[in-house]
Amino acid sequence: MLRRAMGLLARPVAAARARSFSTDLPAAQTADSTFVEAWNKVMPNMDPPKTPLSFMQPRPATPSSIPSKLTVNFVLPYASELTTKEVDMVIVPATTGQMGVLPGHVATITELKPGVLSVHKGNETTKYFISSGFVFIHANSFADIIAVEAVPLDQIDANLVQKGLAEFTQKLSSATTDLEKAEAQIGIDVHSALNSALTG
Amino acid sequence: MASNAAVPFWRAAGMTYITYSNICANLVRNCLKEPHKTEALTREKVHFSISKWTDGKPEKPTVRSDSPEE
Repeated sequence: MLRRAMGLLARPVAAARARSFSTDLPAAQTADSTFVEAWNKVMPNMDPPKTPLSFMQPRPATPSSIPSKLTVNFVLPYASELTTKEVDMVIVPATTGQMGVLPGHVATITELKPGVLSVHKGNETTKYFISSGFVFIHANSFADIIAVEAVPLDQIDANLVQKGLAEFTQKLSSATTDLEKAEAQIGIDVHSALNSALTG
Repeated sequence: MASNAAVPFWRAAGMTYITYSNICANLVRNCLKEPHKTEALTREKVHFSISKWTDGKPEKPTVRSDSPEE
């Protein structure tokens, strides 16, 4: 039994060494070279048509030393809040707590909970309240933050937040099915997060 | 691997992530100050027009509107 275990262990290790980790990939290509060569053989006088790959900006390579700035892309379904903005640090409201992201952060994918996102650049800090979303931090110090709703803190109305909190606390106590309880709990979580964003 | 790993309470209650995320977004939009709130409520509406195709020809399109979850 032990000998079979050794055999099983040996194979995955060999396979892992054959492929590089996705965190260490080189810069992405902008054109498919095999397609271009095949095209030139058949139609040497025409330019090859552009493929979607050539319209995309290539992924920057993972630098060998830690860069000094973090590049942030913060997008919402209806607008792009920040596009490749160079900042010093962002603090994101991950489900596991407030997470600070500095340049050179390990590649991570985190789900966000309703909370405050703060973007620090030099001495200025911009804060947004995010309803929920994800953060993808890449090894080359690029961070993609995606959220469904993000509002600057001064657009939040404190009275409505208090009313909402009271309403959902009441709904939780009168909820019967699991689904109603879950919705009431979500309401409480979101409103308490809004509350602490306003007061904190 | 733990297949009984702690799932978020909303998933345990049968809700999907998209439903959860949309509920959170709607709650946040309802707590905004006035001019921003009306703009945000227009964003909440999701509607699309569907046309079924038969014999290579589209039929009359219908507009489906997804009413926001309460």
